[in-house]
This record gives sequence, structure tokens and C-alpha cells, in this order.
Amino acid sequence: MKREFPMLITVIAGLGYLLFYFIPHWPFNLIGEMFQSWVIVISAFAILLGVGSLIKVHGDRISRKTEGWPYSIILLSGVFITAILGIWKGVDVGTPFDYIFRYFYSPMGSTMFSLLAFFIASAAFRAFRAQSREATMLLVAAFFVMLGRVPIGELIWEGFPKIASWLMNFPTTAGQRAIMIGAALGVVSTSIKILIGIDKSYLGGD
Amino acid sequence: MVTNLAIVLPANSDNIGIWIAAFLTLCIYSFLYKDNPFYKFAEYLFVGVSAGYWVARQYHNSLIPNLWNKLVIDHNFLYIIPGLLGIMMLMRLIPGVAWISRWAISFVVGMSAGINIIANLQGNAIAQIRGSIVPLWSGDILTSIYNWVLLIGVVCGLMYFFFSIEHKGFFGGVSRVGIWFLMVSFGASFGYTIMARISLLIGRMQFLLGDWLQVIRM
Repeated sequence: MKREFPMLITVIAGLGYLLFYFIPHWPFNLIGEMFQSWVIVISAFAILLGVGSLIKVHGDRISRKTEGWPYSIILLSGVFITAILGIWKGVDVGTPFDYIFRYFYSPMGSTMFSLLAFFIASAAFRAFRAQSREATMLLVAAFFVMLGRVPIGELIWEGFPKIASWLMNFPTTAGQRAIMIGAALGVVSTSIKILIGIDKSYLGGD
Repeated sequence: MVTNLAIVLPANSDNIGIWIAAFLTLCIYSFLYKDNPFYKFAEYLFVGVSAGYWVARQYHNSLIPNLWNKLVIDHNFLYIIPGLLGIMMLMRLIPGVAWISRWAISFVVGMSAGINIIANLQGNAIAQIRGSIVPLWSGDILTSIYNWVLLIGVVCGLMYFFFSIEHKGFFGGVSRVGIWFLMVSFGASFGYTIMARISLLIGRMQFLLGDWLQVIRM
């Protein structure tokens, strides 16, 4: 019961959606649309589960006074203040939630990602040492794409934008297509394995 | 003394939000020196605010319109089922009854599998294969060569992902050409990633020097 019933739910949900796609008429259209709406609700609860888990982990850290526990208080304050203000006062422009978004969330997010500019520079140095033919190709492609996509590249040599465009339109497109087709076939085969009950890893242990 | 302060403090120094944002930005950049309590403070605060942000967003964008309104305004009581499944998912946090969450997870996994089969076949596999079927002789020599490059790149790249045959001999050569195309592709993506990060860095510098200190005009 602990495993069989969830597997049945998986099959009903997956086949329900597939039937809705291939037979978009009553009653499958209603079932498909209803299932799509349900999955939005359940996915919202999945995010709440993630936040609940975060609260649990940091609540434990505070109660056990493990190393760095004061930072957990800051984290939990951030969670509760933002969530409560957002739920209570709304998320529209001019609300306290919007203030938090503009002066806390957005600057910290941008700064965190911009921090990677410094670390990616050292990664680039390692990658760009061109120790093999493949690394050289990566180096050359990155070099031309970067110089071809900024105004200074065109000022140095007008051929840079043309080479960058050609690299993007042909070899890069070919590589991306190979990855996309390969990944798509992999996802489809995994999905079929889940629906016919071969892959049960999502059910976990016991 | 007051005059000096007026020179040091920018005109919008009363905007506490800008000062907070500048302080948090500097806290995060302090990591460039080494890991320190200011960075840790900003890091934990960012994680907390992000989690709270998504809770409020999900509440207003998903739970109210798709659950509360359907139940209370439309009186569609079938929506008790996703509500119950959602609560079952939260049972994952209680060790003794964590298995109940499988019901909700199974529904999401089943739906995702169904959607993925259609979306990936239609949007990725078939669309990309169709896009790769190009005329190998178009009347123009350059265009024809470029189309050959595209087709060879896709076929060789796909061969590299085919692991049922050992990659040696002719097949090994073909998959090696596939690696070259993949490397060019990764190089271009890497270049774009660097540019995106540098662009964010420029944005933060503009904020610090423009919005906060007002030493540059934008």
C-alpha cells in the first residue's frame, strides 16, 4: 500500500495528461485541465515543504547551539519577516514586501551572482591555458564570442562580430541541438520508465 | 563640520533603503578578501529573505487563485483533493508519517512525466531535428558549406551521446568530431556567462557609485 498506491497515482496522473493531449475532448479535456491546475497547487506546497525543511534545520541549529547558530536566527528572521509581511500586506508595488524585494532581495541576488565574475575569471584562466585541442577550441570560441558581442570588439577589428555570429549560427547551434535532442530523448525514456513502473526511485526507501 | 558631512553624505542619504542595499552589497563583496562575519550575515539573510519571498509569492500567485478561490468562491469542492495532497506533502517534515508525502510526490512526478514526454518530443527533439534538415546544396557555395557544418555537427554530436557502441575506430572518429562541436558550443556558452556576470558587476558598481555615493551620473 505504501508503494503500490503512489505508483497508481503516478500512472493515473501521467496517462491522464497524455490522454488529454491526444484526445482533447470531453471528459479528457476537463480531466487534463483539472490535473494541470492541481499540480500548480501541489507544487506550491512543495515550495512550502522546502521552506519548512529550512526552518526545521535552522531551528535545530539554534536549539542545539551548534557552531554559527546566531546566523540561523538571521536566516529565520528573514524568512518570517518577508513571508508574514508578504502574506499580510500583499506583494504589490509600495508594500513592505516590495521594499524588501527592492532593497534586500534584489541587490543581494545581483551581488551574489556578480561575485561569480571574479571566480569565473580564475576558472577562465584554468580553462584558457589550452592544454589540449578541445580546451583550445573552447578558448577560441569563448574569445571570439566575447569580443564579437561587445562594441570594443568591433572597434578592434570589424571581423569579430561576423566570426561570433557564424560561430553562434553554425557550430554552436549544431552542438546545442545535439545536446537538446540527446537530453530530450533521455527525458522521454525516463518519463516512460516512470509511467510504466520500471523507475521507482522517486518513491524513496522503505 | 556640518558642511563637510553634507559633502560626504549624498543628497538621498535619507533613503534608508539605498543605504541598506549598499551595506549588504559591500558585505557580500567583502568575501573577495576572505570569508568573514559580514559576508556570512548577508549570505544567511539572503537565503532567509529568498525563502520568505517564495512563500509570499506562492501564497498570492498559486494558493489563493488556484485553491482558495476555487473552493470558497467557485465552490468547486474537487479542489479539496489537491489541498489534501498538498498537506500530505508537508507530512514529509514529520518522520513517523513521512511516507504519506509519496502520494503527493507521485502525482507531481506522474504529471511531470506526462508533460515531459509531450514537451520534450515536440519542443526539443522533433523541432530540433526538423531545424537540422537543411538543403545541402542551396545554389550558394558558402551557404551550402555552412549547412554541411550544421548537419555534421548535429550528427557527430548525437553520435557522441550514443553509448551503446564503443567509441573507437570510425565511430570513435565521428564522436571525436562531435566533441569538437560540443566544445565550441560550451566555449560560446562560457563566453556568454562571463559577459552576463560582468554585466551584473557593472550594474552593482553603478549602484554603489551612482545611486549610493552619487560620484557618477547615469
